[in-house]
Amino acid sequence: MSEPRLIEISPLTRVEGHGKVTIHLNRDNEVDEARLHIVEFRGFERFIRGRLLWEVPVIVQRLCGICPVSHHLAAAKAMDQIVGVDELPPTAEKMRRLMHYGQVMQSHVLHFFHLAAPDILFGFDAPAEKRNIFEVLRQRPELGRRAIFLRKFGQDIIEATAGKKIHGTGAIPGGINRNLPVETRDAFLARIDEMQDWAMDALALARDYTLEHALLVRGFASFPSNYMSLVREADGALDLYHGSLRAVGADGEPIFDRLAYSGYHEKLVEDVRSWSYMKFPFIKELGPEAGWYRVGPLARMNTVDFIDTPEADAARDELMAVTQGSPNNSILVNHWARMIEVLHCLEKIRELLHDPDLQGSDLQASGERREEGVGVIEAPRGNLIHHYRVDEHDQVTYCNLIVSTTHNNEGMNKAVKDVAVKHLSGHEQITEGMLNHVEVAIRAYDPCLSCATHALGQMPLQVELFDADGALVDSRTREA
Amino acid sequence: MLVIGYGNPGRMDDGLGPAFAERIAAAGLPGVEVQQDYQLTVEHALALVATDRVVFADALIGSGGPFDFKVVKPAEQGDFSSHSLSPETLMGLVATLYGAAPEAHVMGIAGVEFGEVKEGLSPRAADNLDRAVAFFTDWASR
Repeated sequence: MSEPRLIEISPLTRVEGHGKVTIHLNRDNEVDEARLHIVEFRGFERFIRGRLLWEVPVIVQRLCGICPVSHHLAAAKAMDQIVGVDELPPTAEKMRRLMHYGQVMQSHVLHFFHLAAPDILFGFDAPAEKRNIFEVLRQRPELGRRAIFLRKFGQDIIEATAGKKIHGTGAIPGGINRNLPVETRDAFLARIDEMQDWAMDALALARDYTLEHALLVRGFASFPSNYMSLVREADGALDLYHGSLRAVGADGEPIFDRLAYSGYHEKLVEDVRSWSYMKFPFIKELGPEAGWYRVGPLARMNTVDFIDTPEADAARDELMAVTQGSPNNSILVNHWARMIEVLHCLEKIRELLHDPDLQGSDLQASGERREEGVGVIEAPRGNLIHHYRVDEHDQVTYCNLIVSTTHNNEGMNKAVKDVAVKHLSGHEQITEGMLNHVEVAIRAYDPCLSCATHALGQMPLQVELFDADGALVDSRTREA
Repeated sequence: MLVIGYGNPGRMDDGLGPAFAERIAAAGLPGVEVQQDYQLTVEHALALVATDRVVFADALIGSGGPFDFKVVKPAEQGDFSSHSLSPETLMGLVATLYGAAPEAHVMGIAGVEFGEVKEGLSPRAADNLDRAVAFFTDWASR
């Protein structure tokens, strides 16, 4: 019998931002507790107070260097309400949608090809020196090159719609500040076939991995939960840009449906725990124990009735057939779901590029000023809520953000515990491969831990083992 | 020559890279193209393939001097996140995928304040930025 031990994985690798995992082992080397901690305080809700309403959609992009467009659009949607606009001119809404589809596909592509691919291609237990992107590039260079061109396509869409690749200004309260010139449209149309072909190949890779490793996938951090996302109000279709909120239980039955998202706070409560800066939201009527839920690509597959683009819809049918139409609870299926969404985004981008409304000139609407606005969008990692109040001087007096990773907080903690119990309990020696299982579970959520700061000289991963007295008995550092 | 300044201007001295890029762009040095971004990402590889020299500018933690200017060699292996792709990793990506090897340097400019969500550089970082810009302007003209 050995002394109780504390294992820390800090910071996590191949996730966005900084967090750490602590795992407490008892004297029988069994896992007592395992938690994901968010170690940086975001503080953005306070930072934004006093800012003018028109600058908020631009400033919030600094929340995150990975999905700034999602924050840009969620804030713009909230400000639409504040300037009294419930319906945008068609050109404005379609330009924003184009921007959003470009953002979602490029984010998913990066995650799948560069962050998840080493685990998928080489296995979770492969030596760390092999389980990295360079080995992927050496063995499958076409994957690496395609990922770069797919990313570039998405980034070019963002630049064309937002004005700049970073700090875009495209979406403004009540509309958009540009349309899409014909020559830009034609340049995208010339590339879209190749992009869609590559997306189909990537989808096949993700699907085949999932089906060929069905036992592993079913047993890895797989547990029932509730799911929530926006769905299209009229027919329950997948809609990444706009809709009403739907939550379903593990049996697929609705908990709430067609909820106008401005009323999110009537259904969701944000719990606080002393050991993390990240809150723990839950569905009020179910309480904190039963009411936690998950968001993201797999959650969206589980909540929607169908996808309104043919190739992605057929792919979703295939995914849902694995569980006979019931919600799929296996977190690793997120990779498959993510690639379905890449295909969906490209199908939507193609549809929009053929729509003459993108060349329209009615770009902005106005209405009667309101004090409060809520903007909700389905970001790459899941549902994203921005809520503001603005005073008579146009200055923000209140801000509340619920980002996708916060929605998934309880799910990620349960995944960490599940994997730690299955893969670490009972072992005298904890190997790097075992610890990677924990990281794989977190990485499948593609969390963005809102660190948004970095500099030369920081360590990417440190693992420390402590004995019962808190003394350091082992330490391992993984370089970038 | 390509200059890429990266970092988050909303986190004080983490904005040193973009601030450096802005200063170099404003100087209009002949033959110098400037980009800025939140972080290095994989698609920067395409820009690197098309240049013969690149300078990465970023904030630096733990430096004894105002800045550190050094050669970057491509990494042969390693891990990365989309958030923290290093110059070495990006150079490795370019070499592995495209067989290209532009001459590369990193300009690490020492920062001291990173904790707050706030725009603007600390006085010491601003001074370090001035020195880094002066050094680079002289170096680029040689």
